Formats: sequence, structure tokens, C-alpha cells
Amino acid sequence: MSKKVIVLGEVRDGALRNVSFEAIAAAKKISGGGEIVGVLIGDSVQDLGQELIQYGADRVVAVEHPHLKYYTSDGFGQAFMAVHEQEEPEAIVFGHTALGKDLSPKIAAKLQSGLVSDVTEIEGEDDDAVFIRPIYSGKAFEKVKINEGPVFFTVRPNNIEPLAQDAGRSGDVSSLSADIQNLRSVVKDVVTKATDGVDMSEAKVIVAGGRGVKGPEGFEPLKELADLLGGAIGASRGACDADYCDYSLQIGQTGKVVTPDLYIAAGISGAIQHLAGMSNSKVIVAINKDPEANIFKVADYGIVGDLFEIIPMMIEEIKQLKVNA
Amino acid sequence: MNIYALVKRTFDTEEKISVQNGGIAEDGAEFIINPYDEYAVEEAIRVRDEHGGEVTVLTIGSEEAEKQLRTALAMGADKAVLINTEDDLDELDEFGAATIIAEYLNDKDADLILAGNVAIDGGSGQVGPRVAELLGINCVTTITELKIDGDQATVVRDVEGDSETIEAQMPLLITAQQGLNDPRYPSLPGIMKAKKKPLEELELDDIDLEEDDLEVKVERVDVFLPPEKQAGRVLEGDLQDQVKELVQLLRTEAKVI
Repeated sequence: MSKKVIVLGEVRDGALRNVSFEAIAAAKKISGGGEIVGVLIGDSVQDLGQELIQYGADRVVAVEHPHLKYYTSDGFGQAFMAVHEQEEPEAIVFGHTALGKDLSPKIAAKLQSGLVSDVTEIEGEDDDAVFIRPIYSGKAFEKVKINEGPVFFTVRPNNIEPLAQDAGRSGDVSSLSADIQNLRSVVKDVVTKATDGVDMSEAKVIVAGGRGVKGPEGFEPLKELADLLGGAIGASRGACDADYCDYSLQIGQTGKVVTPDLYIAAGISGAIQHLAGMSNSKVIVAINKDPEANIFKVADYGIVGDLFEIIPMMIEEIKQLKVNA
Repeated sequence: MNIYALVKRTFDTEEKISVQNGGIAEDGAEFIINPYDEYAVEEAIRVRDEHGGEVTVLTIGSEEAEKQLRTALAMGADKAVLINTEDDLDELDEFGAATIIAEYLNDKDADLILAGNVAIDGGSGQVGPRVAELLGINCVTTITELKIDGDQATVVRDVEGDSETIEAQMPLLITAQQGLNDPRYPSLPGIMKAKKKPLEELELDDIDLEEDDLEVKVERVDVFLPPEKQAGRVLEGDLQDQVKELVQLLRTEAKVI
């Protein structure tokens, strides 16, 4: 059966996030040829509609309101439900981002529906779709199917290949007005902590430090390498517990679970709880003084030695490569 | 203040996971309070100590979850409630879990409900926000700071590394992110006292729910382990040469830079 699917296009710093294009690709897979409707919510987002269409949406509905400048679950929930009432979709796809994680369960509760969170892969198509998602922070995976109600799921960033952008595609971008009122939460202030806006969950490259970085300043060379590669920095629990960095950088079973293309672990021993958060990365590089460190067991490439010697050498080598390229 | 903390019994983070008969093997595993829920319990106790009131910890599960409830009581919670579904339900999804909790809390007039932002086993992070929605109360997820002043809370929310300061109306459900606090270890007197604190055990009947109300919307069809990662190459030779080789390999073989 063909399904109409609505996909939430998530905007950060005025641009659409990649995960939204990945969500459209996932929507196509389960739609059985049904219509894909992109949804944009914010104070000024309608202009991004065409981009969603270029990535595979058939048309876009935008809800704009001054109260939607910052995400709140009440505001975005009201806006989303207005679109939902208008479109009456059979399926809904969000990105599994901070916003998606917060909003999707509330929408699912409103709809009395099931919800499959954090999907990394979809097997089969249309009504036969089976969703694969990590459990135990990626130590295992489960396959689930939706028995009843709308097909509602969130996709983990960086796992589902988006469709190629097609500048020739066009479609209708309409606006829907909604009453956004009685917000029970108000955002008073936002402090940006992430390095240069590269968020760990979407980063293609992560350079992570452990106890081996020895202090907050030990993260400096890691940061330089991450910046050079357009990546983000991360940390092990050991580094966070030792106050070398903020907990928001922690990767592991408690902390973030990441799957970048390249994960560079510097001075991280590889405790099982850390491995759970990163061992599904595509390529892993380990740098550690201890040749017996666990991290080498999951690494594709390893160098035994002092990270404070090796990281600066890597930075120089990559700079050279960039000059020659 | 009437405070509830929602907790889940989970595998210890140090446990290796293996699959048996289409599920996760539990034989001999150590169980703990889900670490994020532990932050929730700790914060609940701190809020009570500052503002007065009572902390009730609530879980769904089997009799085995009593141990985790006793731990929370030993930390300083006042009462515990176990909704025992062992005899009634074979499967429970997030829809069902939230329905049970919301049904229980419906007439309890909670001022503040705290939960972990995610459980480290299932990892969906749905139950807390679903409960808030079902109860019709305000909800803020992944918080790292909580201050309460009258019917208003000021929270700091972790948003992928950014921090948002949010003013939130009570009653409120929050989900705890790492960094919210350092959960205390139960003290010996705490453990002794916990044995005498009230622990109420309920079944679905007691909260007017039936099996049919909780039929799963999402069904697990298989569980598997990720392919074992083969240990790769540890490079050798002069350090400078190793770095050169590594960068070359990343470019030409792995094609990631």
C-alpha cells in the first residue's frame, strides 16, 4: 500500500541538517510510491523548502511564527500537529537529533502510536519494512516491525544514504498558519559550546581523547586535528570524570553513541563502556602508549606511542597532503 | 513537594552482551539502576532536601527490580512503588510502559517527575516524554541543571553540546543528562533504613489496566550482535614513518580523509 509520509526538515543555524535528507531517503523506502511531504517549522524557514524538494520531497509545508524561533516542545508540537491534521499522513519520519528525540515521543503519545527510535537501517520496503536499531548502545541490534497504527520512526544521523540532490526537481512550498500559544517553556539563553558548529552526531570525523591527554590543555592538539579534518572532538568517560573536558563530549554507553567515517582515539584505553559508543564507526585509528590497550582490538589502524608526538606529526602530514593535492 | 523518580533496572554498563533464543542472555549478569535514572533519583533527593516534600521511586518490572528500588531508598528516597507486570505481560513497548506509568500517576498530583533521558538497554528515550504528554504536564529533556522557585523551574538543557537556559512551568517532568549531579553511594545507615521504608507492589489490575490496553505497537522480530570487528594493523617502524603511512592509508585505502 502506498503511504503518504511527512518528514520533519530540521533547521540549525539557518541551514537544513543532513539528517533531514537522510530522513527523506528513509521515507521513500517505506512509502510504496506515496507522496513525501516535507515539514519546516521556525520563524523564517520557508525559503529552505526547495532544498528539501531537491533531496526528494514532493512538496513542503512550512509553519512560521515568531514563537518558533527557538525549539520548544509545546511550540513545535503545536506546529507539527497542525500539519498533521491538514495532511493526515500514514507515516512520519524525524531525525534522531536532540530535537527529534524530544519531540517524537510527545507526538507519538498524542497520536497513541508506536515509535521506532534511532533507526540505522531499513530492510525490505513498503509494508514489509523491518527497522534495525542499536540496543545496549550498539553492543547489539534489534529488528522491529510496526504492528499497528502509523509508521513513525526517527533515523540516526550518518547511517542512511541521502538521495542525490537534484537541482531540476521542483514542487510546491506552501505555508500553514497555526496558533502557537501557551508555551509552558521559554528559552532564555543559548550558550554554544560545540567546536565550530560541528556536532558530534553528524560529524564525519571525530578525534577523541581519553585519560592519556592528561589535562584540559591536552585537548588542544586534538582540536587542531579535528578542525583540520572538518571534524568534532569527543572524549572518553575517563577524560570527563577527570574534568579534562565537558560531559557533553562523552562518548560511550553513558554518553553519546557515534558512527563517524573516521574515529581517532587518542590516549583512550578502550573500556567496554567506551567501545559501545564508537565501535560501529567506519574506520577507527588508535593511538596509545600501551600496546596491550583494548582499543587496538577494534582499531583498523594503530600506532603505539605518545599522542603528543604523534598528533602534531599527523597534523603536519595532513597539511602537506592538502598542499600537494 | 510531591516528587516522583522513574527508574529502570538495566544491565551493568560493564557487561558483555550475548544473544540467546532470540533475546539478550541475562544469565549471571549484574543489574543496576539505569545510570541516567540514578541522576534522576539523586536530583529528586536534593530537591526534596531543599524544598521539603517526599520522593517516591517508581519502576515497572518483575520482583527482581525490588533490589534497585531498595538501592534508591538507601540513597534517600522515601517510598517505592513496583508495578509488577511479570504475570500479565510477555512484551512491553514504550507505548505500554508510558501508559502504565501515566495511569498510575494520573491521580497523584505530582509537582515534579524526574527520569533518565535514556535507558542504556533499549535506548529509545521515549517513556519520560510520553508520560508527560499523557499527563498533560510540561516536559524538558536532557537537563544538566535544575533550580526551582515556586511554580517555576529554571533548567539548563544540553542540546548536542549547546546549553539552553529554559524557564519552565511546573508541574514538570524532566529527563536527566549526564552532568546534572554526582549520585551518592548509599551509606550503611541508609541501607539499614531502606529495609524499613515502604515498598508497594501493584499489578495491572490495581491501576485499572488490562493486557489488551497494552498490546505492543512495535514488535521485536530479531536480535543480533554486530559483526565482530577484526583487529586491524598496528603499524611499525620509525614513528615519523608510521605517521606518514597512517595518513597515506587513511587517504588511499580507507578513503576517509
